[in-house]
Amino acid sequence: MDRWPSKWMDLPIGGVINIPGTSTWVKTGTWRSHRPVVDLDKCIKCLMCWVSCPDNSIIRLDDDYVDVDYTYCKGCGICANVCPTKAIDMIEEGGR
Amino acid sequence: MARQIRRLSEIPREELFVSGHGLCAGCGIPPMVKIALKAVDGPKVVVNATGCLEVATTLYPHTAWRVPWVHNAFENAAATASGIEAALKALRRKKNWKNYKIIVFGGDGGTFDIGLQSLSGALERGHKFIYVCYDNEAYMNTGIQRSGATPVGAATTTSPAGSVIPGKPENKKNLMDIVLAHRIPYAATINAAYPVDMWNKFAKASDYLEKGIGPIFFHYYSPCPVGWRMDSSLSIEISRLAVQTRLWLLYEVDHGKIKINVMVRKPKPIEEYLKLQGRFRHLLQPENSHIVERLKRYIENNWNRLLKLAELDSIY
Ligand SMILES: Cc1ncc(C[n+]2csc(CCOP(=O)(O)OP(=O)(O)O)c2C)c(N)n1
Ligand code: SF4
Ligand SMILES: [Mg+2]
Repeated sequence: MDRWPSKWMDLPIGGVINIPGTSTWVKTGTWRSHRPVVDLDKCIKCLMCWVSCPDNSIIRLDDDYVDVDYTYCKGCGICANVCPTKAIDMIEEGGR
Repeated sequence: MARQIRRLSEIPREELFVSGHGLCAGCGIPPMVKIALKAVDGPKVVVNATGCLEVATTLYPHTAWRVPWVHNAFENAAATASGIEAALKALRRKKNWKNYKIIVFGGDGGTFDIGLQSLSGALERGHKFIYVCYDNEAYMNTGIQRSGATPVGAATTTSPAGSVIPGKPENKKNLMDIVLAHRIPYAATINAAYPVDMWNKFAKASDYLEKGIGPIFFHYYSPCPVGWRMDSSLSIEISRLAVQTRLWLLYEVDHGKIKINVMVRKPKPIEEYLKLQGRFRHLLQPENSHIVERLKRYIENNWNRLLKLAELDSIY
């Protein structure tokens, strides 16, 4: 099964969720008031932001540089705070 | 064999704990869970006591887990894990099942307080599992009530700081001491500001389980921006400060032998830690200086005690 049944009769018995990782259907990026922006010129590929992100919103690229996936990012600012070179800025959403 | 690492780039990319969960922005729980699920290799099953992690990651029909996961009540996570271990043993004998590793996650309320007797029973019976207590120092999911893990002086909704009490009047319970009293093979404290150390401890635990060695216990320092009344960006910084002030000691106890993982030679003043958190802000008022003094005495004695214990060949 890869889609959640639309009829209650088809629901799995016992409150079981039989599809792994269905929370990715919930786009928590809408929570955000500030967004992280990475300056790759300053990034030293330490990956502290990547291991520390509670929402797996730091994308680790093939060469270990990083990017942000805004779909789930709640804007907590941990990535900007842990970055040893201050390569990540938090910018207000809707602002310029 | 699970792999020991020296750099974060050695950690595999694929996540078993995924996005879209409802834990607060900046919550300290996920950085630990992500590492635990990757460092413990092979098939595994997760047992989760109720609390923030359980509630916020499984809002039906949404689950953030890509491993088998079972909900149980607040007080019996360790008992559930014991039962799973026994069931897996029988299935392996009769039906040639795979060997699943069992990882339990319980909050401080679920471990220090209400689940303590089921944990003690399971540790004493020697079930082979990893139990992780993520300690955010209060019952957060129900609205920041004080627990046995809440430190002295911390304001919670049931120990509000004011003219009657200066935050929680009682001391934090020493859970590691209680766990070590069971003389289990491996126990350690873990902290998200030291992810390589955390990974290597989980990897070692994984190898021990592989060899039938257990139970294993981890005490995780789990920052909670909401309950600690601090900025959501500070979770990792506060984790590091907790170690650098010697408030949170990073050590492991391997078959009775203590090893201090981070030697803090010049501790930072505890005030630096306290002032970042609203739950402690009142302690910086002159009338509450006796609480800060009490904390300082505890920090010093606790550190000296660990140094002494680490000199022994075994504390068991
Ligand atoms: C027997 C029982 N009593 C009370 C509750 C309500 N309850 C659910 S979660 C929770 C707090 C859990 O605190 P903790 O274990 O510290 O985890 P946290 O929420 O802080 O992550 C409480 C009191 C319950 N589920 N079961
Ligand atoms: S209340 Fe605290 S522990 Fe619970 S989800 Fe929010 S930040 Fe995490
Ligand atoms: Mg708690």
